[in-house]
Parts: sequence; C-alpha cells; structure tokens
Amino acid sequence: MEAFEILFTASIWAAAVRIASPLIFATLGELICERAGVLNLGIEGIMTVGAFTGWLTVYLGGDLWLGVFVAAMAGGMFGLLHAFLVVPLGLSQHVTGIGITLLAASLSYYVYRLVLPEVTSPPKIEPFQPLHIPGLSEIPVIGEALFRQTPLTYLAFLMVGVVAWVLYKMPIGLAIRTVGENPAAAEAQGINVIAVRMGAVMAGSALMGIGGSFLTLSAFNSFFFEMVNGRGWICIALVVFGSWRPGKALLGALLFGAFDAYQLRLQQLAGAFVPYQVFLMMPFVLSIIALIVMSRRAAYPRALMAPYRKGER
Amino acid sequence: MRLEPREHRPLTIVGGYPALAILFAAAFCAMLVAFSGASPFSVFALIAKGAAGSQFALLETLTRATPLIFTGLAAAVAFRAKLWNIGGEAQLYAGAVLTAVFGTGLLPLPAPLLIPILMIAAILGGAAMLSIPTFLKTRFGVDEVVTTLLLNFIALLFVSLLLEGPLKDPMGLGWPQSKKVIAEAALPKLIQGKRLHFGFIIAIAAAVVVWIIDRRSALGYEMRAVGDNPKAARFAGIPVNRVFIKTALLSGGLAGLAGFSEVAGLKGNLTLDLSPGFGYTGIVVAMLAMLHPIGVVAAAIFVAAVFVGADAMSRTAGVPSYIAQVMVAVSLLAMVTAVMFTRYRLRWR
Repeated sequence: MEAFEILFTASIWAAAVRIASPLIFATLGELICERAGVLNLGIEGIMTVGAFTGWLTVYLGGDLWLGVFVAAMAGGMFGLLHAFLVVPLGLSQHVTGIGITLLAASLSYYVYRLVLPEVTSPPKIEPFQPLHIPGLSEIPVIGEALFRQTPLTYLAFLMVGVVAWVLYKMPIGLAIRTVGENPAAAEAQGINVIAVRMGAVMAGSALMGIGGSFLTLSAFNSFFFEMVNGRGWICIALVVFGSWRPGKALLGALLFGAFDAYQLRLQQLAGAFVPYQVFLMMPFVLSIIALIVMSRRAAYPRALMAPYRKGER
Repeated sequence: MRLEPREHRPLTIVGGYPALAILFAAAFCAMLVAFSGASPFSVFALIAKGAAGSQFALLETLTRATPLIFTGLAAAVAFRAKLWNIGGEAQLYAGAVLTAVFGTGLLPLPAPLLIPILMIAAILGGAAMLSIPTFLKTRFGVDEVVTTLLLNFIALLFVSLLLEGPLKDPMGLGWPQSKKVIAEAALPKLIQGKRLHFGFIIAIAAAVVVWIIDRRSALGYEMRAVGDNPKAARFAGIPVNRVFIKTALLSGGLAGLAGFSEVAGLKGNLTLDLSPGFGYTGIVVAMLAMLHPIGVVAAAIFVAAVFVGADAMSRTAGVPSYIAQVMVAVSLLAMVTAVMFTRYRLRWR
C-alpha cells in the first residue's frame, strides 16, 4: 500500500524529470545520428567527456553556461572524429563507436588525474540551482515536478521541440532523414551525403556532451569515475523505444526516469527484504524488455549502419 | 575525395600500415605525456622496463595477457560472423561465478576431475550468458550490441548480490568476496612462487583450437560466410540463425574461460574487481589482431605489456596510468583505419 502511495507524491515526479533530463539530451543526440544513418556507440564516452569538461570549466572558474558550451564543443569534437572514421572512411560503426567510448572516457580520466593528481574526494563546484517559474511552479504536483527544475532541464524540453522542428519542418531535417533512409536518392537530389551525415553526428554528439554535463553541473556537483554508468547505452535503447521520433523519445526518457525514481524509493521501503542490487538492475532489465517489445514494430532508418560510397551499391 | 579498392596489396602496405598505426598511437601518447611535464622518452623507457625489463615484469605481462587472450578470442570469433558481442565482461563473470560456486568445496573431487568440470561449467556459463542476446537477435531481431552492453551491468550487479549473499565468505571480514577455491580447483603455477599460472597454457591451446575451427572446419567457413554477407549465406543454404547461435556458444564459452582462469589460476576467489574491463579490452585485442586467433595471442601480450608497463611507470614517474587506456584506444582506432587503407586507396578528384 505504501509502495503505491509513493506514486502520488510530488517529489517522485520531480525526481523523475530530473533523472530523465540527461537522458533526454543524449537520446536526442543519438536519435539525430541514427536518423542520418550512423550508429554512435561513442555515446557513453562522449557523455563522460561532457561531464568532465563541463565540470572542469566551472572548476577552473568558468561560468556554468560556459561549462555547458564547452561540454557541447568537446562532445562535438569526438563526434567529428567518429563521423570522419565511419562516414567518409566507412569503418565499422560498432568497432569505431566502442573505440570512441574507450578513448573519450580514458582521455577524461587521464586529464582529470593530471589536473588533480592527489585528491581522494573529488572537488565540488556550485551547480545550477532550481529556477522556479513564477505562477506555474505553484500548481500542485505538476508545478513541483516540471517548473521547479534547473535551467538545463528546461533546455532539455526545449531541445525536444527544436529537434522535432528541425527534423520535420526544415529542409536540413529532410536531408538528414533522406540520407538515413536512402543515401543514393539523397545524392540524386543534390544532397551531399557525406557532409549531412558528418554534420548530424557532430550535432548529435554535442547534445550527448550536454547530457553528460547535466550530471556534473546540475544533478551532482563534482566529477566521479564511472559516473555515466551505462546511461549512454540506455539512451541507445530509448531511441529504439521511441521509434526514432523526438516526442516518443521524450516520453520514453520520462517513463524511464519515473521508473528509476520509483525504484530508488522502493529500495528504501523494501531494502530489508529485497537486495538493493535487484533495484539497481531494474533500469537495465527494463531497457532490454523495452527493446524486445518494440523490436517487432521497430522501423529502423533503412540505411542505418550502411556506409555510403558514391557509385557503390 | 573518394576511396577505391586496391587491385594489388603489396606486402609493404599490408604489414607497414598496421605498424604505422601503432607508431601513431605511441606518438599521440607521447604528446599527452609531454603535457604532464614528464619527458616522453623516459616515460616510454619506464613503460618498456616495467613490461619486459625483468623476469618479474615479463611474467607479470604474460599473467595479465591470459584473460585478454580469452576475451580477445571471444570477440574475434563473434566479430568474424558479425555477431557484435560487446558483453565479454558479463560472460567472464558468468564463468567466474560458476567456478566459485563449484570450486569452493561443493564438489570434493581430485584435481584431474575437478578442473575439467570447472572449465566446462565456466564455458557453459559464458555461453548461456551470450545465448540470451543471441536468442533475442535471431528470434525477435533485437540488436545484440545494446543487449550485450546492458547485460554487463546486470551481470556485475548480480555478482555483487551473490557476494553479499549466498557466495559471501563468512571469514572475509565483511568484504564482498567469495571463499577461496579448494586446492584441487586451483590451477598450478608455471614457475614455483610466481604468479604466472597454467591458465596461460590453456589460453594458448584455446587460440590454436579456435584457429583450427576458423580455418579448417565447416563452422569456420559458415561463420565467415555469414559475416561477409548474411543474405548470400542464407541464399547458399547456410542456416544463418543456427550459425549465430553456434558462434555465440563458442564466443561466450571463451569469455567464460577467462573468468575461470582468473579465479582458479590467479585470484583464488571471486571479487567485484576480478576484471578491470577485460571484456571490453578483448575487443581491442581482437581488432589489433585483425580477428586472427594466433594474432590474438600477440595482441593480448602487447596490450597487457602496455597496461603492466604503464602501472609500473605511473608508480615512479607520476604520469597517470590512464595513459595505457588512451594508448590502447588510439591503437584500436588507428588500426582499423590502417587496415581499411590496406584494402582501399584514397583518390583526390
């Protein structure tokens, strides 16, 4: 009974939105890459880089928004590397992506240790504070869940609209979707397939970087090793769950956030009877179940993972 | 700019480009080392010394290479058939768990019986772990990359659960660790008093077996056919899904053996830090070896040398040992690029 009542508290929904925020950024980022036909398994490492560079910028005295910007740029740079290797050079997107993740994460840790050779507890920064939207934040439950979040959360919701608008209403969005479905047809339309794909991967990776920076600049206030902890892989599952559509991806991220917030509270409630690891496993199990359920209806971008070489079929 | 398949592949290119890739990785890391203020030459000298400068260093490198040979073979076998097994970590732990379950006193058997039983259990554990995502792939079309990745996290949490529950060593002073395996389950050391153990010999034998399967068996042929072009393979009458499942059993089993060898040969018990990412590093090993089973042995020793050398260097020179991971990651990316350029040439027009 008590387990059920948790669902009616405002704090669980506020937590759900907070947990979903980094996932929204990164899922949108992966979605853009995949819509252009490129699987980006660098996501886990790129989020680590975003978390690290964002934190480092603020730690070294930069403004919080400068931290977000630097995280986006750093993510974009690793996106450029991934894009260069898999788009014009046509290397395996799986292997390259894993390589990008290894490189991005290990470079972050290396630089972290260079900057702070001998710290045991990671230094803290002053993170983003919740911004109460006047009026709206007074609505019961919804107000606390949606309108007392940090500015980065509002940006995440804004990005859903922006990405949807760009993908469906702007010529560049049509170009991105076409190169992901049928690159040869795109080429015939005079679209530069290589350039569009590389641009999409860079933009998507920048969003992943911002998603990572949410962890250090908003959710927590310092950088830990292994702090991304599989969130990138979960986002890849969320893209499938969301059928490669920004709105559904948002829904998936929010559902996931709600579930995660719920299991955290359930853990406190039932921790004496059920080992805590079972609760921690749930998000990963849920992602796999979501993949199985959605796989029947999954409408993959047709050219996903297929390198495009002009004149080759 | 466009890529054009090479008609001739001279030996200088086939051998030279991969060598250039490793050189590039070294140069990149030298640059990073220079940022730390240390001299790249002395750092590289320290890494070489720490990896191969003494009998101790050399044996340590081979000890570290042992699990990497297994996980490298696991990745090489799977990638040959384009089954993207990124779950070596989960399969390793599956093998390690079963070794700890049966090797800590449950089966009081003499060593010649117990060790083969533990090996089979570890193989089955790893194989079962990979058969879940493979079943989901062949039955429902779920992409195995994401499922194998997610299973790594689930498996590690499951091990944590076991180590704080049924497998917990009551004498472990509260540490999450299993009991030590009994003497009959422990693999003998290759040299008295040193850490290098019989698991290394098993790893070499596994590489030879995989090489024979790869080159001389029908399964090896079918794996190549499925990996090169699944549609054509299906058209030629090869049961593609069955090949995927056989590949998964082989690949998962190899990774499971890594867990067996670490528990029974090196650590003696199951802990949460049994594998510092051997499953992921195995992918790098397989790619550096260009998926060749014998090459995996060489690549695993190279990667192990980088890690062991960097650990030793880090203790004396103070450059963070994460430089080893950077070196390995850059080697991977440079190597896949170099291999591509042995097949294609760049044309500017």
